[in-house]
Amino acid sequence: MVNLTIDGQEIEVPSGITLLQACELAGKEIPRFCYHERLAVAGNCRMCLVEVEKSPKPVASCAWPIAEGMVVKTDSPMVKGARHGVMEFLLINHPLDCPICDQGGECDLQDQAMAYGKGMSRFEEYKRAVMEKDFGPLVKTYMTRCIHCTRCIRFLDDVAGVEELGATGRGEAMEIGTYVQRGLSSELSGNIIDLCPVGALTSKPYAFTSRPWELNRTESIDVLDAVGSSIRIDSRGAEVMRVLPRLNDDVNEEWLGDKSRFAVDGLKRQRLDVPMVRSDGRLQPCDWDVAFRAIADRVGGEQGAKIAGIAGDLADAESIHALRELLDALGSPHRDGRQDGAKLDPACRAGYLFNTGIAGIDRADACLLIGTNPRVEAPIINARLRGRWLAGGFKVGVVGAMPSPTFRVESLGAGPRTLTEIAEGRHPFAAALRDAKAPMLILGQGALVRSDGAAVLATARAIAEANGLVKEGWNGFNVLHTAAGRVGALDVGFVPGPGGRDTAGIIAGAERGEIKVLFLLGADEIDTSRLGACFVIYIGHHGDRGAHRADVILPAAAYTEKSATWVNTEGRVQRTVRAVFPPGQAREDWAILRALSAALGRALPFDSITALRSRMERVAPALARTGEIAPAPWGAFGTTGPMEDRPFASAVANYYMTDPVSRASATMARCTAELLPRPEATGIHG
Amino acid sequence: MTPATFAFDAANQERVKIWIAKFPTGRQQSAVLALLDLAQRQSGGWLPQAAMDHVAELLGMARIRVYEVATFYTMFNLKPVGRHLVQVCTTTPCWLQGSDAVLGACRAKLGIDVGETTVDGQFTLVEVECLGACVNAPVILVNDDYFEDLDADSTERLLDALGRGEGVKPGPQVARQTSAPITGANTLKGGADA
Amino acid sequence: MLADRDRIFTNLYGVHDWRLAGARSRGDWDCTKELALKGRDWIVDQVKASDLRGRGGAGFPAGLKWSFMPKKSDGRPSFLVINADESEPGTCKDRDILRHDPHKLVEGALIAGVGMGANTGYIYVRGEFYREAERLDAAIAEAYQAGLIGKNACGAGFDFDLYVHRGAGAYICGEETGLLESLEGRKGQPRLKPPFPAAAGLYGCPTTVTNVETVAVVPTILRRGAAWFAAIGRPKNTGTKIFCISGHVNAPCNVEEEMGIPLKDLIERYAGGVRGGWDNLLAIIPGGSSVPLLPKSICDTVLMDFDSLREVRSGLGTAAVIVMDKSTDIVKAIARLARFYKHESCGQCTPCREGAGWMMRVMDRLVVGDAALGEIAMLEDVSRRIEGHTICALGDAAAWPIQGLIRHFRPELERRIVAHQARAAAE
Repeated sequence: MVNLTIDGQEIEVPSGITLLQACELAGKEIPRFCYHERLAVAGNCRMCLVEVEKSPKPVASCAWPIAEGMVVKTDSPMVKGARHGVMEFLLINHPLDCPICDQGGECDLQDQAMAYGKGMSRFEEYKRAVMEKDFGPLVKTYMTRCIHCTRCIRFLDDVAGVEELGATGRGEAMEIGTYVQRGLSSELSGNIIDLCPVGALTSKPYAFTSRPWELNRTESIDVLDAVGSSIRIDSRGAEVMRVLPRLNDDVNEEWLGDKSRFAVDGLKRQRLDVPMVRSDGRLQPCDWDVAFRAIADRVGGEQGAKIAGIAGDLADAESIHALRELLDALGSPHRDGRQDGAKLDPACRAGYLFNTGIAGIDRADACLLIGTNPRVEAPIINARLRGRWLAGGFKVGVVGAMPSPTFRVESLGAGPRTLTEIAEGRHPFAAALRDAKAPMLILGQGALVRSDGAAVLATARAIAEANGLVKEGWNGFNVLHTAAGRVGALDVGFVPGPGGRDTAGIIAGAERGEIKVLFLLGADEIDTSRLGACFVIYIGHHGDRGAHRADVILPAAAYTEKSATWVNTEGRVQRTVRAVFPPGQAREDWAILRALSAALGRALPFDSITALRSRMERVAPALARTGEIAPAPWGAFGTTGPMEDRPFASAVANYYMTDPVSRASATMARCTAELLPRPEATGIHG
Repeated sequence: MTPATFAFDAANQERVKIWIAKFPTGRQQSAVLALLDLAQRQSGGWLPQAAMDHVAELLGMARIRVYEVATFYTMFNLKPVGRHLVQVCTTTPCWLQGSDAVLGACRAKLGIDVGETTVDGQFTLVEVECLGACVNAPVILVNDDYFEDLDADSTERLLDALGRGEGVKPGPQVARQTSAPITGANTLKGGADA
Repeated sequence: MLADRDRIFTNLYGVHDWRLAGARSRGDWDCTKELALKGRDWIVDQVKASDLRGRGGAGFPAGLKWSFMPKKSDGRPSFLVINADESEPGTCKDRDILRHDPHKLVEGALIAGVGMGANTGYIYVRGEFYREAERLDAAIAEAYQAGLIGKNACGAGFDFDLYVHRGAGAYICGEETGLLESLEGRKGQPRLKPPFPAAAGLYGCPTTVTNVETVAVVPTILRRGAAWFAAIGRPKNTGTKIFCISGHVNAPCNVEEEMGIPLKDLIERYAGGVRGGWDNLLAIIPGGSSVPLLPKSICDTVLMDFDSLREVRSGLGTAAVIVMDKSTDIVKAIARLARFYKHESCGQCTPCREGAGWMMRVMDRLVVGDAALGEIAMLEDVSRRIEGHTICALGDAAAWPIQGLIRHFRPELERRIVAHQARAAAE
């Protein structure tokens, strides 16, 4: 601890912090533009200058180390003069076009100019104008407003690990840009909009659509990947205007992937907003009763063994559980929440979770990546891995293809053969894992969706057990999911019951006429062309692949339109909060299933979301602990067996389009067109 | 005009090795100024993007870091220049001694303005900040050589000679020993070699 | 007047052979082994005793600076970095050392390396000095060849490698941390301090950045004794110094003289006097473009050393004397410097990036008087808001010439404004 005097107040602060942090602990507000808690210190804006006794000049508190007995003033004439001066310099070349600037109302420069500016200008010269830059489909630039704080550069360099932005030229001619006209290829690029303290970088899709004070703010959870980032949904009336990240140190810190931020225009397109029934080969709008009756007519006399259900990637846990109860009531054991066919083993929860935890990555010192490319599967987790790598002492090996890594990785091999070598201790990386204090592995869906997925899973388990990945106080075995609904589905047991069929079995059965009725709960990633004459009921919110094949469509609510539970890849139970109502006649999924069950004469024993939840939690007690991760005991999972000599590849080919929402998004379509294939240059040196 | 690719020629590949070897292992980025300079010389006095990208790759740097460097330092030319890059210093010490006349002579003789290149590609005229030869002002740097103690006449003679492809002895263009007073030094008069 | 026998740079004008043989004949590389064998403490003590102050502009005591280097390595190597990025307008002294006396620098580098415990030195030569860098490279090659540097340098049991690095056109790389950034292969944007280079400099290792002239004089100081050097000049302002006399003098030149020589003597004795005579003098910038100018009245009597010039609110800086006679448009002369600083501002921190251009534009208007009288005070105020508020001293350097102009030539500025207003009213 260090003792300081700040504005006459004596205070004891932890050693090693900067003077700016010490001033904050003393309750002093220190204005700043370039400083950001999660970025490297730049010290360039000079707004945080304070007076330190015995120093003839004011010092930049963001970069100043504290020392015992230091006497600091944050409100002296010297400090006030310095702030006035810096503020004036920042404003002389700033266009002051706040009325037409999207940052207006949430602008650091605007706020601090109110506090420290003078309200008049002594600057009689022409203001600088700067050419616009093209940062791609997501980030709109208005570089004349730029104050050169370099936060955007530091974010892309350090956090995103995609060194594409820089400050070229020098002096007052210095400009922030890519130098070559090219869109930013980082999946985290949208965060520079939040970081920009002025209106130089704003959201391109959101441009000129709303003012911050017109928006309703709803704190919720993202479901467009399996990370479960904390988000804020800004809505106006019935419309989601934008999504921003919310601080959550355990999960997404304060970052958000571009898909999660920018795909929300997809919530307004291709929506299912009215029930539909297929007649004469075409889907026709109808009312709920007609739709339910059409289902009842078809399902009424069918044996349970000929009925099946598949839950999709965006399905919430309550709806999945409700569908399971309905299938149980209909006597069907054929259900699967793994529409991609991943050989995830529901037998042991630790066998399908990211047990280390996202924040736990910070403690790891070696990592084996198998059949995954976290950069496109979970950019937030990728940023954690990069952060850990930057800190040093983090050895990363990869089995399978992992293009454009943002940290240094050692390519160990392409497929199962290498995995076997590691498992049998014949590969040097096995020793690297054994020698590590906190080794981890990450198993991607790309390694599990294969026909030999169960054997791959068993081999990964063997590697974990043989090399000290699982021990007291540490579980380094991790499955990285790509679907927000997957862990919830496994937790509520949405897997084949006794004698039941899995996804492949259901599809094969439908093709052969053995499955006559199929419920698709937002399942769009299956091969719908192979469902034969099966009667397909689609419950979901987008007119995607599943709906196109459906015989009956029951329009449901998207994640921004309901309060529902999702379990992220770590096993963290989180709940969304409704920001807007579902469009048209669409209803919350669980309510649809409850109403349908009554129409089928098998009314399910709950009539509120609360009652449904308590039934669900009886099946899956882990889901009762919102916000938490219930510890998952280690056990047996996977099935040993032969593996094919075929290389592993990531399950995600196009980051920008992975689900019905992002596929409906015009913004994501632009990203797909403009940003893929990705340029080869990344932040890796050598 | 702008080449799509760039690679160092054999002689420069050797120089690249020497430069990289000057720095500790893993610090090869230190050689970026040197490699850009070599690339510029090989490319006829300017740096095409392909050359910058090649240097980035050689040194394991992100391309944007090389672009930052290339745009920060004034000696890197990001568009083609003439065979003789005429760099006229106009900072105060040269200005006091008549750099206006020297620059004016360049403009008149070459028929171009600052920042321009003659149509025959022989000369590019630029204005530069202090070249660090102030006691020999005014000064022009042509490619790697300083021409000092100039006036309008000697500037014209210099440009004429360069245009004709003749060598001109660098240094003072008046009868003077380097930075010694033109009147002859009244120090160091003894034969110091003795 | 300094006697020739007390001059260190005996080949300042390049009359003699710059190569090893010539350098040896002038006394360089004499007993270097013995000097090195006396060890780092002795070397630093001698430099301290000589009261040598850094010749790069700031005048920091050299021995003290060298003593900041860690005595024991924590595993990191130490580096000597020699600043030959001579770019301060008016200054051209290091150029003469590089091209005419390179062995003084190479020998000095070895001694400094021993004094700091640095086995590696880099000499950062401004990019425009291409020929000078070639010559320095050749001198270093000779020294390697002769076993004077390299493994077991001079047979003194100390390994010392020395490399030339070339800049590429950026005044800011003369700032020591801007130089280190540049040497590491980045833009020359100065670093935040602390940490200072002695703690974390080149590649994060202990580093001392020091000027060419400072290093080059050390072997002679050690050979002739600290007392000899300390006896030249005035207390705390000791030794000889290369002065660069440019501008409106009859015979501009470089000359090595003793510190504290009267400015008037310096100009009259060596530079042929002010053009048109001393009474034709208007003002002098005594230490390179960054220091405030002095009107004739001060020039009449002021002595040329750190403390004397500080007393008259200017500075010795690099000892580059820029002389302006009465024909000079003094406002334009300073406006041109404002343009220089705007051009050379690295752009990193706000006050300098924005303020240097602002001051330049106001100065450009003041040249023709196109301003309001109140803008003189405003300009002064703007300069004060830059000075002391930036990451490095370039902000100060941009502010001081303008402050000096306003301090000493305010009536001239006012006269131009009034005249301009009268012209405008007449039209």
